Amino acid sequence: MDYAIEADGLVRRYRSRTGVRRTAAKEVLAVDDVSFRVERGELFGLLGPNGAGKTTTIKMLITLLLPTAGRASVLGLDVVRDAREVRRRIGYVFGGDRGLYERLSALDNLRYFAELYGVPAREQRGRIGELLELVGLTGRERERVESYSRGMRQRLHIARGLLHRPEVLFLDEPSIGIDPVGARELRTTVAGLVEAGTTVLLTTHYMFEADELCNRIAVIAGGRIVAHGTPEELKGNVVDASVVEIETFGADVAVLDRARAIPGVISVDTQDSGQAQLLVVRAQLGVEVTRSVLDCLAGLRVGRVAIREPTLEDAYVELVRHA
Amino acid sequence: MTSLRLILVAWWLQMKMRSRSAFEGVLGVLWPLFFATTIFLMYRQSASGAALIGASVGASAMGVWSATSTTASSALQSERRQGTLELLVAAPASFPMLVFPIALSMTTVGLYSLVATLLWGRVAFGIPITFHDPFGFVCAVAAVVISIALMGFLESVLMVRYRAAWAIGTALELPVWLLCGFLVPLTLLPAWVRPISWALPPTWGAYALRAAALGGSPWLDVLVCMLLGAVFAALATALSHRLVDSARTHATLALQ
Repeated sequence: MDYAIEADGLVRRYRSRTGVRRTAAKEVLAVDDVSFRVERGELFGLLGPNGAGKTTTIKMLITLLLPTAGRASVLGLDVVRDAREVRRRIGYVFGGDRGLYERLSALDNLRYFAELYGVPAREQRGRIGELLELVGLTGRERERVESYSRGMRQRLHIARGLLHRPEVLFLDEPSIGIDPVGARELRTTVAGLVEAGTTVLLTTHYMFEADELCNRIAVIAGGRIVAHGTPEELKGNVVDASVVEIETFGADVAVLDRARAIPGVISVDTQDSGQAQLLVVRAQLGVEVTRSVLDCLAGLRVGRVAIREPTLEDAYVELVRHA
Repeated sequence: MTSLRLILVAWWLQMKMRSRSAFEGVLGVLWPLFFATTIFLMYRQSASGAALIGASVGASAMGVWSATSTTASSALQSERRQGTLELLVAAPASFPMLVFPIALSMTTVGLYSLVATLLWGRVAFGIPITFHDPFGFVCAVAAVVISIALMGFLESVLMVRYRAAWAIGTALELPVWLLCGFLVPLTLLPAWVRPISWALPPTWGAYALRAAALGGSPWLDVLVCMLLGAVFAALATALSHRLVDSARTHATLALQ
């Protein structure tokens, strides 16, 4: 089969030095034997916590880092040997404020990158106009990027990454810091690109984003892939459990430990939600734990209580916890 | 043609970026005048008219070098800081083609410094702007500007691999004034230093400027200046490929 992306046993180590007079070299294994394949036209998600190795993996695939071991190819081209040809055919978009020339307008930024990616001069004007329209920056293109909001910068990043009509697009946490409306528009744009035949490799922290968009997902933790499959297959890893969500205020470690000790409870996590806490209790299927958990919270203010099906996020948390 | 267009577009946008800061602009306008004033005051005490013209020419070349040396080495560091260095490397365009316009834009700013120094010498110190060979002088200016841009290009390239290499530019600024004979004649330097001076293209550019201004043929000096500049360009191009690969191995393209 002709794959768009193939990673085979990728390893990447970083070396750093500590100390001034007596220096010591420290080696960090950022990516450890990572292998996966992405089919043409597929939207593949790489999920993992901070420092899991997602960005390092992407940087090896887009030729910015040389692998310490293993090999990878994009569109059949080796990322080490055929780096220049790989660069011609891929696009790279990362999240955050950086990666743009702040003192230049959006139009000048796009003109510059169009030159860098060899977009023919006669096509540049039309292509830039088309992309400004796509990302909703038409009319604002002559303003300097330093005056742009984070969402506008992110949209400009996407336009930059698409200038040369890449066959494979790498999106490294593209929705980071964007408001919900902007994130929804971004998802629509990405879905449209995939529909048009672009292969996309996406890293994200947002599970609903991965769940909504990705055909397949690999979960990476501690530099290793700990699970992969379709969102449904990953959710299937936790179907033997039910999830109880309880909104409460001021539950301390002792309370959580008591809840964890209840027979049938698999795990208890908390998420801060303003002043409130959301307790996420995973319990064995068929075991009723709601009453016992509420007993543990006696004396504390309790808000909404809900029992729901496991989500991709539950599957992800479980996978990362055991990695 | 495509490469030339890329260099021109990149140079133009770099110039645009540099023109956007009023603070840097004012400093850029005033800075060469301070250099020139210092040199003119030093030489005015004892020098003849010809030596003053020579000093004026040397001070103008100093301005071009100063505008290039410190900024060329920090330019790629700014690219790294703003996250665009990785994008430059990840682009299919040849990396040296992207770095050279950055150095060239700085030297273009230095060209202002050259003109301002000559005019300041005329207006404030009465040093005549009369050239023995005006066409030769213009060609010598072009040779100085291009050769200094190529030295800046070499400096910039080192930044790709070494995050702290910006210090090289600052460290080289003053020694090059002396080594290239901008400030004092090379005959005043120790004999062992002179081969180093002869290996630097701006030394020959400064010779050419003085010959065109004071009498004498600048053409051999212009030729040597350009040939040495070409050697620096070839060295920077070869190094840039090696250093980008090394940066990809050692992960120094991004700030950690």
